[in-house]
Amino acid sequence: MSPVATPVFFYGLSITAIVFAVAVITRRNAVHAALSLIGTLVSLAGLYLMLYAPFVAAVQIVLYAGGIMVLFLFVIMLVNLDQNLRQIQFNRQWVVGLIAALALGGLLLFVIRQGKEIFPLAYSAALPEAANTQQIGIALYGHYMLAFEIASLLLLVAMVGAVVMAKKRI
Amino acid sequence: MGEITTLHYLVVAAALLIIGTIGVLTRRNVVIILMSIELILNAVNLNLVAFSRLYGLEGQVFSIFVITDAAAEAAVGLGIIIAFFRNKETVNVDEADLLKW
Amino acid sequence: MLASWKSYLSMDVTPGEAGSQLWATVYIIAIVLGISLAVIAMNWLERKILAHMQVRLGPMRVGPHGLLQPLADALKLLIKEDIIPANADKLVFWSAPVVVTMTAFITFLVVPFGRTHAVTDMNIGVLFMLGLSSLGVLGIIMAGWSSNSHYPLIGSLRSSAQMVSYEVAMGLAIVCAVLLTSLPTGTGTLSMIGIVEAQNAQRTWFVFKFFPLGFLAFMVFAIAMIAETNRAPFDLPEAESELVAGFHTEYSGFRWSLFFLAEYSAMLAVSSIAVTLWLGGWLRPFANTLGGPGWDLAFSLVPGLSFLAMAAGCFLGAMRMPKIVQMRAQALGLGAFGALLALLGLVLLASGVRQRVQDIFWFVAKVACFMYLYIWYRGTFPRYRFDQLMRVGWKVLLPLGLGVLIATAIVGARQELGAAIMRVVR
Repeated sequence: MSPVATPVFFYGLSITAIVFAVAVITRRNAVHAALSLIGTLVSLAGLYLMLYAPFVAAVQIVLYAGGIMVLFLFVIMLVNLDQNLRQIQFNRQWVVGLIAALALGGLLLFVIRQGKEIFPLAYSAALPEAANTQQIGIALYGHYMLAFEIASLLLLVAMVGAVVMAKKRI
Repeated sequence: MGEITTLHYLVVAAALLIIGTIGVLTRRNVVIILMSIELILNAVNLNLVAFSRLYGLEGQVFSIFVITDAAAEAAVGLGIIIAFFRNKETVNVDEADLLKW
Repeated sequence: MLASWKSYLSMDVTPGEAGSQLWATVYIIAIVLGISLAVIAMNWLERKILAHMQVRLGPMRVGPHGLLQPLADALKLLIKEDIIPANADKLVFWSAPVVVTMTAFITFLVVPFGRTHAVTDMNIGVLFMLGLSSLGVLGIIMAGWSSNSHYPLIGSLRSSAQMVSYEVAMGLAIVCAVLLTSLPTGTGTLSMIGIVEAQNAQRTWFVFKFFPLGFLAFMVFAIAMIAETNRAPFDLPEAESELVAGFHTEYSGFRWSLFFLAEYSAMLAVSSIAVTLWLGGWLRPFANTLGGPGWDLAFSLVPGLSFLAMAAGCFLGAMRMPKIVQMRAQALGLGAFGALLALLGLVLLASGVRQRVQDIFWFVAKVACFMYLYIWYRGTFPRYRFDQLMRVGWKVLLPLGLGVLIATAIVGARQELGAAIMRVVR
């Protein structure tokens, strides 16, 4: 089945992602920022689907939007941020920060422009995506087994650390 | 406007990275700084998956590890925020200055 | 264009695979109408069955035996005043029920009612449904937080903590079933239709596979899915005696009916996952032991005969109505409903319709059994306290799920495992 209306979906999803991302960094209310981040994550999952990576898109929704953001929202609700709504939101060196970030952006765009002959620009024919999950599974449990085990160890360490740090009395 | 190329995805990823960096550098609320870090990680993921379309599955495998690490980092970071808030009643990073000279 | 529309009818795939937008839209509309009808029926069934389990009658006045009660409830909810609490966050308050309802409905895009009767067959179907239930948790958090009131906040925090905890156990049970799909060929599949086809190819439903391992995985999922949908006995976050109504306390009228719709759709969705993964989806019971054209014919008569039995029940009820003039309208109504069911039963007995409707009927019948189990649990079990609930999720179901997964993997790969051990030993 050939893809249909690709530019429409691409521009729609990427503009949605960028608008929500701008909302994340500008909202005064932390819950609104978290919900905007969820919007960005779901738009990015759509972009991954367009790039023929259905497993990564599903993992993004399940783990990122459905796990990490739930954690963020829990903490925002447990930490009382009413006081924070009335305080100044941007710090004193925001001009310097903005200039530095835009300089970094300029550098990135320059690098992309200079280096764009290295990789083929146009995508070849549509990839078969029926075996995507199987191939990722084979890669994860075959070639990248060590990284997989280290990642599980990292998650264990993070779990223990987070529980210890959030406890009232150790 | 016809064909969507790798360049388009890279530009979107760069835009997300810049927005995330601006968030980290200019906001006072540490929860929002953590969310901007998540934006940066997502920009990296988009980059990886965009190139994996050209060069094979390694990009997607790497991006799964990035998502896993983002989860671990968010959990630990939020634990630190809770502990800090319990002591100091504030989530502004410029008020975390007990060790300043 | 008409030719391309008609050409789909002779194809053997779902509309998504065929790329036919028209038929996909038709299927989506049919599914939305079907879910709404199912939720209306569930409303009536829940009240009547719960009442009969508690030795009382339930709604009897609104229509014959309370059959029009759901419509009366829907009408009341639609014309109620729309109350928004003071200082509530209006945008988030408005969008929370939308998020929960939308995620509950979108899960039905991949639910297969038959070999070709799904909207589409994603190759990550099961993961897609799991992801959408995770997004539903977000809607609940939004609802509780935006109500600006402490009962909803505590209710939503407890509810979402519970849902996230039991999602882990659900995920492990799903991985068990997906593992079983890879047994004959060495390549498994996450697609819903693929899982039922694997059960068909292995000539056994996964609930009976490697007994008791498949059954244990099924039980883990069955318990976790009840906690996932916040139903009894895991309904502390929304029980009236505990937290008024939990996260939807401050919602009234149409917004509350959206939450209601979302809860029952979520129940239908997770029951569909359970039926597809373990109970053979659209396959008829005893396809193996009672095979052959005679038995096929007998089983294909079951849909029509079941509707005729329901019609007979309606006629019996109509005859048992008190013979006074005030009850005449109800008796006539019940008789008319019975006549409608009888007509439907006769249509389903016709030979052309029989074969096409088989798959859908068996799938819906199995999901209906799960709905009855939901109501039965509500009428039977006392409520879990929240700490007991979390203990069951993390300390009982999660280790059990892990153990079943490891055992299933060992038993499933026993030949390769044995060969590998022999190679190492030698």
